[in-house]
Amino acid sequence: MTNSTPASVIEVKNLSCGYGETVVLQDVSFVVHPQELLFVIGGSGCGKSTLLRCLIGLLKPLRGDIAYFGKSFTTADAAQRREILKTFGVLYQNNALWSSMTLAENISLPLEEHTSLSREDRKEIIALKLKDVGLSGSEELYPSELSGGMQKRAALARALALDPAIVFFDEPSEGLDPITLREMDLLILHVRETFGTTMVIVSHQLSSIFRLADRVIVLDREARGIIAEGSPAELAANSTNPRVRDFLNQVGDSPKRTNQPFADKENHFSK
Amino acid sequence: MTASHSLMQVSAELKAATARLEAGPLGSECLVKVGGDWRLSEPVPSWNSVVGKRTAASVRVVAEDLGKWDTSLVLFLAHGRAWCLESKNSFHAEALPGDLQALLLRVSTMVAPKPMAKSAVKSNWALLETVEKKWASQAMEIVTFVGECALGFIGVARKPRRFRWMDCLVQMQQCWASSLPIVSLVSFLVGVILAFQAAVQLQQFGAAVYVADLVGLAVVREMGPIMAAMIVAGGTGAGFAAQLGNMKVDEEIDALETLGISSVDFLALPRLLAVAIMMPILAFYANALGILGGMFVSTTMLDIPAGAYWIETQNRVGLSDVTGGLFKSLFFGMAIGLAGCLRGMKCDRSAAGVGTATSSAVVTGILLIILADALFALIFNVLGI
Ligand SMILES: Nc1ncnc2c1ncn2[C@@H]1O[C@H](COP(=O)(O)OP(=O)(O)O)[C@@H](O)[C@H]1O
Ligand SMILES: [Mg+2]
Repeated sequence: MTNSTPASVIEVKNLSCGYGETVVLQDVSFVVHPQELLFVIGGSGCGKSTLLRCLIGLLKPLRGDIAYFGKSFTTADAAQRREILKTFGVLYQNNALWSSMTLAENISLPLEEHTSLSREDRKEIIALKLKDVGLSGSEELYPSELSGGMQKRAALARALALDPAIVFFDEPSEGLDPITLREMDLLILHVRETFGTTMVIVSHQLSSIFRLADRVIVLDREARGIIAEGSPAELAANSTNPRVRDFLNQVGDSPKRTNQPFADKENHFSK
Repeated sequence: MTASHSLMQVSAELKAATARLEAGPLGSECLVKVGGDWRLSEPVPSWNSVVGKRTAASVRVVAEDLGKWDTSLVLFLAHGRAWCLESKNSFHAEALPGDLQALLLRVSTMVAPKPMAKSAVKSNWALLETVEKKWASQAMEIVTFVGECALGFIGVARKPRRFRWMDCLVQMQQCWASSLPIVSLVSFLVGVILAFQAAVQLQQFGAAVYVADLVGLAVVREMGPIMAAMIVAGGTGAGFAAQLGNMKVDEEIDALETLGISSVDFLALPRLLAVAIMMPILAFYANALGILGGMFVSTTMLDIPAGAYWIETQNRVGLSDVTGGLFKSLFFGMAIGLAGCLRGMKCDRSAAGVGTATSSAVVTGILLIILADALFALIFNVLGI
């Protein structure tokens, strides 16, 4: 990495996104720094996937701007857009492996599309990527022949095929057992250390958040935006929002049982 | 009816829910005593049946022999509170168990759902209007998609190496394999049916041999291409919609787009080309079997030798009839491919989405085929073919 890297890899300015008439997120602004591991958390339906879809260009923002490496993505023309897309790796919530292709073909397609590598070189890279995620020798298998966890790892191998500068993850921990989850986390760290990758991860997995996150952004459905931002330890200790604190502090212990389920509410009323 | 009274009537496990009203000592306060087991699945008293038309300055609710209770009791109390609020009385529930009070408090803090802007039942005119809008937007969608595909094909013509030839071949193979048996059967039978109908009429004039003319022309110009196209629309077209719809739901199409690969180029064009190539071949095959069907009826029932039938067909059916029919079927093929791919790629991300996309692909496909056929009838008529 050279010293001339800009201060931000992703810069989101006053972004509003939604579907048709419904605005899911309003006036969201944040930056992601080089080599940062940013977690996006929040209750279900608060717009995490929507934000991600906006960031990777699948959903047109209603307003605002997204810039990568200082270049606007929202107003980019087709050629510039392609250049930016080339730097992305995406791990989708449903893995999204192309079901009619083998794993080798799945990993090969990004390489065919964006590089001029020879067939032998591509084969080499495919073997390497599969080995990285612990799926050596599964080149000729189809996605349907893999278990959920294996599919997730194969999808990660595909996302990393082009050694992307930025990787986006939509709930990578979903459907993984704790051991695979740990391996996945270690793999993510390994990739970041080796390639200096910037990562944006949508996840609920507390253990992963504390293991990996440099910074956390908390989205909220009612606020339609960011309600808290900071390192996980910082937020857990002194977030101004009690719900954020509670969420981050529940490591290891389950919520306490009380006989009065809503005891914190005021118990007195009249009229 | 008192609480203890009902207790004896019902089994020991489940006491019936009771709510009793007692006029208070001052006459201005109503005392409502709730007791028994309150279950949503059992009949419970309603507030109105308890309080009736009575008016009171204040209402106090207390528990008496209260057993197990669930949301039904909370609802009952919420109704009571609403009743009091409406008649400007005060409502006291401090004597109830704490958790019940807490739940009641939550009902109070919940926002009442907004009434729907419009009722589900629409007037006929409104319904027609939405149908009209839907048709307009769908027509627009089809036109846009045709444009995208045309641009895609121009791109392919410039860089043929980027085209997914293997996918195209696989789709052609599948289309051929899945359609052939049904096309064979249906076309042969269409020939048989046409020959029967023609024979009944023509025999009256002793002109049975002209069955060959009629069957030949009808099959080659219309029935062969149309029947083959219908079958392909129901099989291959629906298949396209299902494949692409599933890919859409599983985010596979998104994964292509974020790679900078156009899903039209990658998925739609090979399928479109495949079905556009296969359609005339299948139509030609359908023509042959239709004529065979007519020949079968003629030889077995009208005593016309196969040779004579064939010569009569050759005399009447010209090359332009055959090529005209096959030319049309090329467009039928494109219509089927367009409908299938469009519906698949615009599929809803829901469980029902793929099913809807599939059936709608068949309907759109058949509609486009008939529209195209009508258009060709007009054009051929003007050109005198
Ligand atoms: N395709 C869509 N069309 C309309 N509304 C959508 C669509 N996808 C999601 N939504 C709505 O947007 C909101 C945010 O959804 P999403 O971003 O998927 O949430 P999550 O944070 O759970 O990933 C939800 O309220 C959802 O109902
Ligand atoms: Mg989501």
